[in-house]
Amino acid sequence: MLKATLKTKRLHSTQSVSDTPHLPQLSREVKFTVHTKTTLSSFQKPEFSVPRQHEDFIWLHDTLVETEDYAGLIIPPAPPKPDFEGPREKMHKLGEGEATMTKEEYTKMKQELEAEYLAVFKKTVQVHEIFLQRLSSHPILNKDRNFQIFLEYDQDLSVRRKNAKEMFGGFFKNMVKSADEVLISGVKEVDDFFEQEKTFLLDYYSKIKDSTAKAEKMTRSHKNIADDYIRISATLNSLSSDDSTANKKHLEKMSDLFEKLRKVEGRVASDQELKLTELLRYYMRDIQAAKDLLYRRARALADYENSNKALDKARLKSKDIPQAEEHQQQCLQKFDKLSESGKKELTSFKGRRVVAFRKNLIEMAELEIKHAKVRSSIQLYYICFIMCTNELQYAWGICKILCEQI
Amino acid sequence: MFVLLCFQSGPASLTTEDLSTNANGPKQASLFDDDPDDLFAEATEEVSLDSPDRDVLLSDGPSPAITPMTPPTSVITPRIGHAHDDMFTHSSFDEVEEDGGDSFDIHISVSDPEKTSMSLFKLREFSVRRRFSDFLGLHSKLASKYLHIGYIVPPAPEKSIVGMTKVKVGKEDQSSNEFVEKRRSALERYLMRTVKHPILLKDPDVLQFLESSELPRAVSTQALSSAGLLRMVNKAADAVNKMTIKMNESDAWFEEKQQHFENLDVQLRKLHASVESLVLHRKELSMNMASFAKSAAMLGNSEDHTALSRALSQLAEVEEKIDQLQQDQANADFYFLSELLGDYVRLITAVKGVFDQRMKTWQKWQDSQMMLQKKREAEAKLQFNNKPDKLQQAKDEIKELEMKVQQGERDFEQISKTIRKEVGRFEKERVKDFKSTVIQYLETLLQTQQQMIKYWEAFLPEAKAIS
Repeated sequence: MLKATLKTKRLHSTQSVSDTPHLPQLSREVKFTVHTKTTLSSFQKPEFSVPRQHEDFIWLHDTLVETEDYAGLIIPPAPPKPDFEGPREKMHKLGEGEATMTKEEYTKMKQELEAEYLAVFKKTVQVHEIFLQRLSSHPILNKDRNFQIFLEYDQDLSVRRKNAKEMFGGFFKNMVKSADEVLISGVKEVDDFFEQEKTFLLDYYSKIKDSTAKAEKMTRSHKNIADDYIRISATLNSLSSDDSTANKKHLEKMSDLFEKLRKVEGRVASDQELKLTELLRYYMRDIQAAKDLLYRRARALADYENSNKALDKARLKSKDIPQAEEHQQQCLQKFDKLSESGKKELTSFKGRRVVAFRKNLIEMAELEIKHAKVRSSIQLYYICFIMCTNELQYAWGICKILCEQI
Repeated sequence: MFVLLCFQSGPASLTTEDLSTNANGPKQASLFDDDPDDLFAEATEEVSLDSPDRDVLLSDGPSPAITPMTPPTSVITPRIGHAHDDMFTHSSFDEVEEDGGDSFDIHISVSDPEKTSMSLFKLREFSVRRRFSDFLGLHSKLASKYLHIGYIVPPAPEKSIVGMTKVKVGKEDQSSNEFVEKRRSALERYLMRTVKHPILLKDPDVLQFLESSELPRAVSTQALSSAGLLRMVNKAADAVNKMTIKMNESDAWFEEKQQHFENLDVQLRKLHASVESLVLHRKELSMNMASFAKSAAMLGNSEDHTALSRALSQLAEVEEKIDQLQQDQANADFYFLSELLGDYVRLITAVKGVFDQRMKTWQKWQDSQMMLQKKREAEAKLQFNNKPDKLQQAKDEIKELEMKVQQGERDFEQISKTIRKEVGRFEKERVKDFKSTVIQYLETLLQTQQQMIKYWEAFLPEAKAIS
């Protein structure tokens, strides 16, 4: 048994209103703590914790990708860099607009900012944790030496990480990969299963990429609406404090209403992001990893075909036949191994995907219903309040009708 | 294309409630000193009809005639629909100069709970067709007659040359439809406000506007005409004058109210801007949802696992339905909140204008006083220098000026009194207006949420069915 969990510490606790949260500028400012529980004898202790940075995760991912033995596996996609661009932009705007806002409005916008900042933290922890969990649950990958080092080595890992040469190597790898895309479409596929998978994955990838982008836009719109609610609520508040007529109470209540609505709206936005957008984003990356597996297999197939040609040539020239034969055998073995493990991986990938989608879609629908009900009851309360202060009979009638509808 | 919208002046039950309190006496929650013949005592939403020979337009003395104890009341409900523009084919020569080519049908129903013989209108229900420029013409006439004596004349909707040209060209697309609907709704609100005003309702121009089948073309409302330019010049001159008048405000009420309206102006503009931003963002949300829905549908098609594929298609459908909901909600945001706030921003400008008129009246009074002073000094000098013929002339002039000064003082007092009443009425109207609009808006919000719940609850079993 091997279980890894992730925690992170927020860099600045904002107790007082006057402090502005310190937003991380670089990803290395985000400190994770990886906590491992295990029964495996290969580890020194049954339970231990180590500090890690984002770059350490990337290092681990890259070493796994570069390991030949794992060519037939889908390597879990690397977690993306923690992205504080959104909250940072917002903080900038907040600073600029401070002069034109009332104190209350400013406080509320700061609260929104904090919530967004927290949401980014949640997201990044989630995505790094999933990476580790995928590794620990994979029968082959969880035995990887580098993975063990990652979990156990209690010193700073930066000495083992990429130096300039390796980074250049990574760049070269990417170039080769794009050549692979051309290769994959050119190679004649012998196996029906892989042919289908290839078609499916290529198509699905482009669709899911598109959906992810559109889902991000939706979340952004929700956040914009929440911001508008803040401003409306604040102005209504000023209006009510100036007002001395019967309107005063109504304005106060309207201001309250918008304040409550914006909280709900903010939560809707972040829930949608976590359940829908993040889901789509993750599987987009996972499908890329599956595609990478297909590229590697296609390359192996190409190698095998080339070795066949070389063998034929050798036979023609009657020169170096044993080497050519051996080379051909090696290529065939490699190709078969990749095909076999590839098939297993891709099948379990499909199952994993369906399960994840199901879970997230259910959770998202349930949250949407909950939020809509909360919004409804808030609105109903305010309608009744506004009407009940004066025309009791009329208001009571409407209340009854609306309560029946819910 | 007839679009009919019913714009009642308030829920029916309210009307009866107010009527019953009327029966007990005309003094209803009025904040200021009432004359026995106070016209405003019972005029909340109803229009009180009095004897038509009462000439209230230009009287500056005490109001003549006596208000009956339980005045007959009448509710005017104009409904405005938009007429199809086949009017163009008829007036082919004038098309070029025509700037308000849209025609609107006004359906007016006069309800008269207490049957009265003194009715301003011959029929109970009738309708007339008016052009946009007719509305503007009506407003400019009312403004010239009433603004300078302190009545808050509701401002008319603004012109939009761009929007108008699009409609004239005959484009039947979404934006020109929206433009027409926006205009129609604005005109209806404008007319409702005008007829709710007890004095304005009795004005012959208003009656002519409502009743007569043919209206003389309003020429001075064209945007680029000489009359338009003259108006702009006058407005600028007024603004300059306002800055130079320094009035000794002896009345704390006016000072307080002016400050109050300044604040209100600032806040309402801010609120209006925020609501406009909300409308924009909600429309964006709706668009983004629609494009996500399409994308999710395509993803569902790609998906080879059948149950998941179906769930994704269902998700796409839900998002599409909700995007439609959001679109409708954005419209509600707009028509209820944004337009109301826009109207009130313009109304407050009219109110501030009325305060300015009072200052101008005061200035006139002060000017004639100063003239009188000078003439008196001149007369004293003449008397000293003993020039009898010039003296008589001076004495005559002094008599004239004395009358002018008295008139100026009376004017000033009258306008102050009128403004007090107008402001009181305005504030009452404002409270009612806002409340009823807020309730309507909240109801739309509520309905949107109910629908959303239904859609997601329908989706949930689909998601659970994935296996």
